[in-house]
Amino acid sequence: MTIPGSWYLVVAALLFGLGTFGVLTRRNVIVMFMSVELMLNAVNLTFVTYARMLNDVGGQIAVFFVLVVAAAEVVVGLGIIVAIFRHRATVTVDDISSLKG
Amino acid sequence: MIVASVISVPQLIVFIVSVVIIAIGGVGLLTARYPVHAALFLVMTLFGVAILFIEEGAEFLAAVQVVVYAGAVVVLFLFVIMLLGVDREEIASFAGDTVRVGLAGVGVVLILAELFVVATGAWATGAHSVAGKLSSGSNIGVLARSVFTTYLLPFELTAALLVIAVVGAVILSRRMGVETTTLDSSPIESGRREVEQ
Repeated sequence: MTIPGSWYLVVAALLFGLGTFGVLTRRNVIVMFMSVELMLNAVNLTFVTYARMLNDVGGQIAVFFVLVVAAAEVVVGLGIIVAIFRHRATVTVDDISSLKG
Repeated sequence: MIVASVISVPQLIVFIVSVVIIAIGGVGLLTARYPVHAALFLVMTLFGVAILFIEEGAEFLAAVQVVVYAGAVVVLFLFVIMLLGVDREEIASFAGDTVRVGLAGVGVVLILAELFVVATGAWATGAHSVAGKLSSGSNIGVLARSVFTTYLLPFELTAALLVIAVVGAVILSRRMGVETTTLDSSPIESGRREVEQ
């Protein structure tokens, strides 16, 4: 007998919580980005678990597209970080507050 | 215990080991003082998730996870860290003030509580095999048939998305003003000089 799906969902929830905490507390933009990747992976794990439980190929297809979008997001995000670093010479979010009202 | 008697021991061992790997990687990412260490912990977590993918029968996605994430995304992170030379120790990585960290912790705990309720409740009551049966062949075959028939248009759109991302990244990271050296008095250039001073 296989591992029940709810165990995977709990692991995914914990991973998502770790990622959320990282985004909210870390100051380095690059580490915040990595925390976002953690959250995306938690959601992927949820998708795969539901795909197995419902015997549905749609869940794995969704993970496939999430992977593509995540790769594109990382490329553009790191490009923005490089551009910001050229202007401000910092990647700490507390120093990048020009858009504050 | 009923649960322990139905689950096969090898699968349980693989599950526990990969969960430990994921937990160490995730907590390490949050507590690492250097960005490079955080990137390596991220690789560890991604491998753990790939093991769980294999255990759930998603072999293709596990392979893609390792190739794309551990092979491409993390390398991109490391390249940027090295290019920018930002591998300095983060000063007060947990933001110093306990109020903000406490609020973040409370928010995360609330999210987790909600997710636990959802995970232990009636969580898989939907219709089965709406987009097609997963168990009707090999994993790659089933995925390929679905991607190239039902989801052909989204698949083609991802190609456009990737092209847009590449062009955007090139434009963003290009040094501004390299080919416009005659425009010394442009507002962007003077603004940059003010910032640099």
